[in-house]
Amino acid sequence: MQKGLSGQRLVTLFLAGMVLFNFPLLSLFDRSAPDIGGVPMLYVYVFLVWTMLVGGMALIIEGGGRS
Amino acid sequence: MLSGLSIVLASLAYLGLLFAIAHFGDRRADQGRSIIDNAYVYGLSLAVYCTAWTYFGSVGRAASSGISFLPVYLGPTLGMALAWLILLKMVRISKAYRITSIADFIASRYGKSHVLGGLVSVIALIGTVPYIALQLKAVSSGIDLLVPADDALAHVANGGGWFDTTLLIALALAAFTILFGTRHLDAAERHEGMVAAIAFESLVKLGGFLAIGIYVTYFLYDGVGDIFRRAAEDPALRRLFTLAHGNGAYGNWFTLTVLSMFSVFLLPRQFQVAVVENVNEHHIRRAIWVFPAYLLLINLFVVPIALGGLMHFGVGGVDPDTFVLTLPLSHDHQALALLVFIGGLSAATGMVIVETIAVSTMVCNDLVMPLVLRIGGLGLARERDLTGLLLTIRRGAILLILLLGYVYYQVAGEAYALVGIGLISFAAVAQFAPALLGAMYWRGGTHLGALWGLSAGFLVWGYTLLLPSFAKSGWLDASLLTEGPWGIGWLRPEHLFGMTGLDNLSHALFWSLFANCGAFLAGSAFRPPNAVEAGQATMFVDVARRTAGVGTSFWRGTGQVRDLVTLVGRFLGPQRAEDAFLRYARLRGWNNLDEMEADPSVVQFAEIQLAGAIGSASARAMVASTVKEEVIGIDEVMEILDEASQVRAYSHQLEEKSRALEAATAELRAANERMKELDRLKDDFMSSVSHELRTPLTSIRAFSEMLCEDPKIDLEDRKRFLGIIVSETVRLTRLVNQVLDMAKIESGHVEWQNAEVDLREVVTQAVDSVSQMLKDRGQEVRVQFPEIVPLLWADRDRLVQVVLNLLSNGSKFAPKEAGVLEVRMTADGERVRVDVKDNGPGIAAAEQGLIFEKFRQGGDIRDKPQGTGLGLPISRQIVEHFGGRLWVTSEVGAGATFSFELPVGWRDDATAGDNQT
Amino acid sequence: MANKILIADDEQNIVISLEFLMKREGFEVTVAGDGEEAITRIREIRPDLVLLDVMMPRKSGFEVCQEVKADAELQATKILMLTAKGRDTEVAKGLAMGADGYMTKPFSTKELVAKVRSLLGMGA
Repeated sequence: MQKGLSGQRLVTLFLAGMVLFNFPLLSLFDRSAPDIGGVPMLYVYVFLVWTMLVGGMALIIEGGGRS
Repeated sequence: MLSGLSIVLASLAYLGLLFAIAHFGDRRADQGRSIIDNAYVYGLSLAVYCTAWTYFGSVGRAASSGISFLPVYLGPTLGMALAWLILLKMVRISKAYRITSIADFIASRYGKSHVLGGLVSVIALIGTVPYIALQLKAVSSGIDLLVPADDALAHVANGGGWFDTTLLIALALAAFTILFGTRHLDAAERHEGMVAAIAFESLVKLGGFLAIGIYVTYFLYDGVGDIFRRAAEDPALRRLFTLAHGNGAYGNWFTLTVLSMFSVFLLPRQFQVAVVENVNEHHIRRAIWVFPAYLLLINLFVVPIALGGLMHFGVGGVDPDTFVLTLPLSHDHQALALLVFIGGLSAATGMVIVETIAVSTMVCNDLVMPLVLRIGGLGLARERDLTGLLLTIRRGAILLILLLGYVYYQVAGEAYALVGIGLISFAAVAQFAPALLGAMYWRGGTHLGALWGLSAGFLVWGYTLLLPSFAKSGWLDASLLTEGPWGIGWLRPEHLFGMTGLDNLSHALFWSLFANCGAFLAGSAFRPPNAVEAGQATMFVDVARRTAGVGTSFWRGTGQVRDLVTLVGRFLGPQRAEDAFLRYARLRGWNNLDEMEADPSVVQFAEIQLAGAIGSASARAMVASTVKEEVIGIDEVMEILDEASQVRAYSHQLEEKSRALEAATAELRAANERMKELDRLKDDFMSSVSHELRTPLTSIRAFSEMLCEDPKIDLEDRKRFLGIIVSETVRLTRLVNQVLDMAKIESGHVEWQNAEVDLREVVTQAVDSVSQMLKDRGQEVRVQFPEIVPLLWADRDRLVQVVLNLLSNGSKFAPKEAGVLEVRMTADGERVRVDVKDNGPGIAAAEQGLIFEKFRQGGDIRDKPQGTGLGLPISRQIVEHFGGRLWVTSEVGAGATFSFELPVGWRDDATAGDNQT
Repeated sequence: MANKILIADDEQNIVISLEFLMKREGFEVTVAGDGEEAITRIREIRPDLVLLDVMMPRKSGFEVCQEVKADAELQATKILMLTAKGRDTEVAKGLAMGADGYMTKPFSTKELVAKVRSLLGMGA
C-alpha cells in the first residue's frame, strides 16, 4: 500500500514542481538564447522538468510497490 | 477531396464505434467481468480533461503567446502528486455515503442541504453549458474546414437551416449519453460502458494529435530544432520563445497552474470519472503518473505545430486554432486531416458525454427532485414505482443541457464569451474548492459558511469574469469595462477597487476566492454547527476511520422495514430494493426482511441507497417522511460520535486486553507454578514435621507397649526403657515448641519485647545456662568480649535463644571430653558480631547452605545429633528480623564457626508492620 | 534354626526397641545405622527379613530395597519397610520397589510381630 514514505515523496515532488515551474526559478531560463539544438532554453527546461516529474512519480509509485 | 457525406459518415461511424464499445463495457460489467477495472483505463479516463479546447485551442494559444498555455497541464501534473491525499479521500467519502456528484458531496457534508446542492448545481450548469457549446463549435468548425465549399452538403453543414451536422452530433451525443448514462438507476451511479468509451476516446485523441504533430515536425520540417531555428529568424515568432513578453506573465502562469490544479478534481466531468466512476481506489496510485504522462505526450508538439502553421500561413493568415486541420489539408493530406478531425471529435464528444452525465445528475438530484418532491409530494406518495420518473428526469436533463449548449453555440458564435469559456469555466468550479477542501479537512465548516462562501465567490466570479466576457462579446456596453457601471471607476469588473497589475483571470480568481474564503469562514463562525453538520463533518473528515462498517447514524428514526423497502423500491425499482435489503439483512444476520428490526442503521442503509439515486438531501427528506424521526440534538450527536469512537477505542482496548490476557495467563501460569512450588514446600514441611513427630512417638509407643504387655522384662531394662520414653517425650515437647515458634516467626505473629540490650549480657546469660551441660560432657567454653559494646535495640530473650542455639549446636558437634567452644565478640560503630567456634568435624561446603533449611541436620551419621533441625532456621529468622545476618564458615576437619552480626542503629519502627498482623 | 533379621534404622531408640522386640520373639538380630551399612550387612549375613526404615542417611530405604530386589542372590530376602511419612504415595513407591510389606510409624508392636511372622511364613 501507498503509505507514509511514498506519500511523503509525492508531496516533496509536488513542492519541488511548484518551485521549479514558477517565478523566480522559471525566469532564469526564460530567454530564447542560448538554445539547445535550436530549441529555446525555456522550452527545454519546462519539458525536461516535466518529464523528470512524471518519471519521478512513476518511480515512486511503481518502484514503491516492490520495496 | 473529401465529400461532406464521407465526413458525416466517418463521424457517425466513429460514434457508432463508441456505442459498440460502451455496449460491450456494460455487458461485461453485467457479467461481472469489468473491462474498466484497470488502472490504465482509469488513468486514460481522467484524460477526459483534454477537450477540443486542448486539441484545437492549445495550438491557437501557443501561436499567440508561446507556452503560456502550458500551466493548464502543469497544474494537473502537480495536482496528481497530491491525488493520493485528496482524491483518495474524495473517493472514500463518496463510496461510503453513495455520493454521486460534487453538488451532492458539498450538500451532504454541510447538513444535507437542498439549497446548497442546488446552488452548486446552478454554478456547475452555468460554467458547463458554454463549455459544451465550445465543444460543439469545435466539431462544427472542423467539419466546415474539411468539407469543400462546393459540396452538396456544404450549405447544410454550415448551419444554413434548422437542421445541421452540429445538431445531428449533439443529438447523437444526447442519445449516447442517455443510453449509457441512464441505462438503469444504480445506487452507485456508475457507468462502465461509458467509461470504457471515454478511455478509448482518450487514446484516439492522443493518437490523432501525435500523428499531426509528427507530420508537421518531421515531414513538413526537419524536426523540432529545425522549426525553432527557422522561426527564430522571424522577430514576431522569436517573441514566442520567451514568457516575459507581457505584463504579469509570471502571475498569470501561477494563477493558471493553481486553477488547473483545482480543476482536475473539481470540474464536474473530472469528479465523475475520478471519483464516481472509480472502480477500485488502488487505481488512483497508477493514475498518479499515467495521467500526467498523457498530458506531457499530448503537449509535446503543440508549439512546433503552432510555429509550423504560423510560418506556413504567415501570421494572421489562418486561424491558428485550425492549424491541426488546415496544415494537412493545405498539403493535400485529406486522410490525415480526417484522422485528426476524428481525434478532435473524440476530444469533444468525450467531454460532452461525461460533463452532461455529471451535470444532469446534479440537475436531477439537486434541482429537480427537491422541487418535485416538495410540490408533488402528495401525488408522488401514491405512485408505487418512481424509477421511471427519475430516469425521465435524468434523460430530460441530458437532452436539455445538450440543447442549451447547442443554442448557446448558435447564439454566441465567434464571441469572446465562447472562446474564453475554458478558463472562465475553470474559475467557476474553483469556487467549489474552499467548501470542498473544507468538507474533507475542517470540522468547523457549516452550512451557512458554505452557502455564503459559494454565493459570494460565484457572484464575484460572475461580475469579474463572466460579465466582462459578455461585454467583450459586444452583448454589453464596452464602457462597463473601461468606465465601470454607471461610471463608477472603482467598480470596473476587471479592476475592482482600482486594482491593477494583474491579468483579468488572476484578478477575478483573487477576488472571487478572497470573497469565497472570507464568507465561508465568517459564515462558519457565525453560529456553532448544528447536529447534522457536526455529524456529517466527523463522517467526512474521519472517513478513513469511519467507513460504512461503523454505521454511525446521526438521526434516529423508527419505522417498519417494509416501509423502507417500499420507499427505496419506488426509486430503484422494487426488485432491486428487495435484493439490496435482503443482502443487507443477511449481512446483519437476519434470515429475511420481516425479522429485521428497523434500527437506525437500517434507516441509514435505506438513506444511502436512496442517496445514490436522488441525492443525499432528497434521500434524507424521503426517509424522514417514511419513518418517525426523533429529534436529535447536538449533544446526542456528540454522544453518538463518542459512542462510535468508544466502539473504536473499545475494540482497540479489546486487542490490548487480549494481549494483556495472554500476558496475564503467562503470569498466572508462573504464579501457579510458584503456588505449586510453595504447596510442595508446605507439603514437604508438613511431611517433615509429621516425620519428626512420628519418630519419637514410635519409640514411646513401642517401649510403652512392651512394658505394658510383658511383665517379665527385668528391672534394668524397664528403667532403661522408661528413661528413653522420658527423653523422647522431652524431644517431642521441644519439637512442638519449636515448630510453633517457627510458625509464629514466619507468619509475623511474634510479639517482640524490644528494649536496649547489651549483647555481652546476652552471651553471658546463654553461656551460664549451658555451662553445666558442657561441663557434664567435658567440654570447655571460652568467651572474649571487646571493651566497648554499643547497645542494641532488640528482644533480649530471643537473642539469648539464638546464642543458646549456637552453643548447643557447637556442643553437639564438638568432641566429648576434648570439646572447646570459643565465643568471640567484636564491635565497631555500626555493628556487633558474635562468633561461636567449635572444634568439631566441620561442615562440608556443600552442606553449609543446607543446614539452615528446616529439618536438615548436619553432622556425623552414626552419632545422630539430638536436635529438631529447626534451631538454625529459627535463629536465622530472629537475627534477620533485627536487620542482621547469620552464617557459617567451616572447613572439614577444622571445626565450624557460626557467626551473626547485628546493626547498631536498628529500630523496630522501621519494621513496625511485622508486629501488627 | 532361628530366622535372621536385620534392623536398619538411624534412630537409636527405635533400633533398641525393635532389637528387644525381635530378640524376644526368638530371632537372630543384626543392626545397621544407615542405608549403606544395611546393604553391606544384608550381603554379609543374608537375613531372612529386613526391617527397613525409609528415611536414612547415605542411602534411603527405597534405594536399599531396589538394590536388594535387583540382586538375584538376595531374592529370598523379605523386606518390611517402616516409615514415619504416612503418605499413600510413599506406600505405593515402597511396594513398587518390591517391598514385601509396609508399616507406618508409630506402629503397634503386636501388628509388627504378626507381620514379621507372616512374611516369614510362620503363621500368627
